[in-house]
Amino acid sequence: MEFVKYSADGPDLRVKIGSLELQNPVMTASGTFGYAREFESLMNLHRLGAVIVKGISLFPRPGNPPPRIVETACGMLNAIGLQNVGVDRFILEKMPYLNGLNVPTIVNILGGSIEEYREITKRLEGVPGVAGIEVNISCPNVKEGGVAFGGDPKMAAAVTQAVKESCSVPVIVKLSPNVTDVAEMARAVEGAGADSVSLINTLIGMAINLKKKRPELANIIGGLSGPAIKPVALRMVFEVSRAVSIPVIGIGGIESAEDALEFMLAGASAVQIGTANFVNPAASEDVLDGIIDYVNEEKLSSIRDLIGGLKLDWIA
Amino acid sequence: MPQYQEKTIVTRVEQLSADNVRLTLKAPDIAGTCKPGQFVMIRTAAGKDPLLRRPFSIHQADAAGSIQIYFKIVGRGTEILARVREGEELSVFGPLGKGFRINENVPVCLIGGGLGIAPMLFLAKEISRRKRVNTDNDIIILGGRSKGDVEPLMADFKQINMQTQAATDDGSFGEHGFVTDVLRKVQLSSNTIVYACGPEPMMGAIAAYCNDHNLECQVSVESVMACGMGACLGCNRPVDDGKYVHVCLDGPVFDAKELKWNL
Repeated sequence: MEFVKYSADGPDLRVKIGSLELQNPVMTASGTFGYAREFESLMNLHRLGAVIVKGISLFPRPGNPPPRIVETACGMLNAIGLQNVGVDRFILEKMPYLNGLNVPTIVNILGGSIEEYREITKRLEGVPGVAGIEVNISCPNVKEGGVAFGGDPKMAAAVTQAVKESCSVPVIVKLSPNVTDVAEMARAVEGAGADSVSLINTLIGMAINLKKKRPELANIIGGLSGPAIKPVALRMVFEVSRAVSIPVIGIGGIESAEDALEFMLAGASAVQIGTANFVNPAASEDVLDGIIDYVNEEKLSSIRDLIGGLKLDWIA
Repeated sequence: MPQYQEKTIVTRVEQLSADNVRLTLKAPDIAGTCKPGQFVMIRTAAGKDPLLRRPFSIHQADAAGSIQIYFKIVGRGTEILARVREGEELSVFGPLGKGFRINENVPVCLIGGGLGIAPMLFLAKEISRRKRVNTDNDIIILGGRSKGDVEPLMADFKQINMQTQAATDDGSFGEHGFVTDVLRKVQLSSNTIVYACGPEPMMGAIAAYCNDHNLECQVSVESVMACGMGACLGCNRPVDDGKYVHVCLDGPVFDAKELKWNL
């Protein structure tokens, strides 16, 4: 990767996602960080590597009826149903603030058809502050959440291509773990022009209230997130990073710098902090501070030296 | 609206009945800014399980920098929280949400059922502090399943210059019956604001009563939530026009007429 010599204070934490250079590898995961402004008094937003906003659809969506969330062992299930203000209001009401931040905004998008993905992308193209697009082909909670695309390599490739054709910013495709072979999905979207893949989205799960003999979620099923899914996410990031040559972004139960660094060792160029934001609104900043300490203590010339550095030497 | 993620010290643990606990926490930032009806999110354990914070309405806040929460042991989170000892640290996030709207010129009727009593103490104290007219027509109605839910809190309410009545489902303390039975017997002038917090059927019945009698009614509702500050969107509640409000941001206090009551 071509980086100009680093001159600012502190260690060199810069990473690249396609043509997008991030000041550090810590981003916030879509759907866990609102539109960033919600967190402005609780942390220093300007320190983030990038902000990934709540998934945006072509038209506003009210989301699913309650109950939408339930806590599970070391995690939570959600079935929010992609509640969002729609792309037009997003551009009008949310982007001006995001554009004022010193960090790139990556817009997570979702649609019910390839044409919808294309249309949302076209509307975002050229909007000041939109530095990248993350394509959600993997929301498990609504029919229109792209899950039909996330499970089929051909469909995933077609969506990727439509989005790529409609914008000039880097395109990240967010992969679903609810597939047999995640590496195959990653290769398919790489072949269609994706600049990066991010994974994992939530794992489909379910919780039952024995006393009421009812599901805990009105949607019956939901997406599992939090520390409970970290081992699955690490395995998938490891597999995908060996299958593709585009940058991989690790997501899944990251709460601490140690978690984030493990994902980077497994092959991730950057990470996203998700559910941890709910528990500790300053989680992403805490992760960043921990990464800085690690790079200093380990005397790394740059965080990039760590990416994919997992040692497998003792294995025959 | 300032919000703080504060490391607080537990300064007092009161076991008010077999499963009702009251904690006093040194939380100067939150105590200095919170309003009646607002809530805090508390981490019951430092590890990964239970993962999420739990919401608690603010029971009392004082000028010396302390807040109180009052809760019932209902699950793992509250069970762990009930075992906390004086001097220990708790991570508290708040103050969150929109509180009660106070009009110091009209009579009030405060109704707390079960754990819904919790925010009423803070509200009653604030109203009585701000009142410009006398409080002779103000009334507090507290209810619960039995004596242990109500009696231990009576002394705190009696310090406030408002008449306080009690009702229990089993008749072990105060009137035998529901808070709504007491409400139907008291005479409220037409400009009275009714404030209610408690189980959903109780608030629904009070909302219907106030609607019939043309009284303003503010309710504080409960919901599961992951973040408490508008990020997770998990605490939605239907309103009449097929849309949702979010308890953490739009509430937890609502005008009773805004909400849809499933009774």
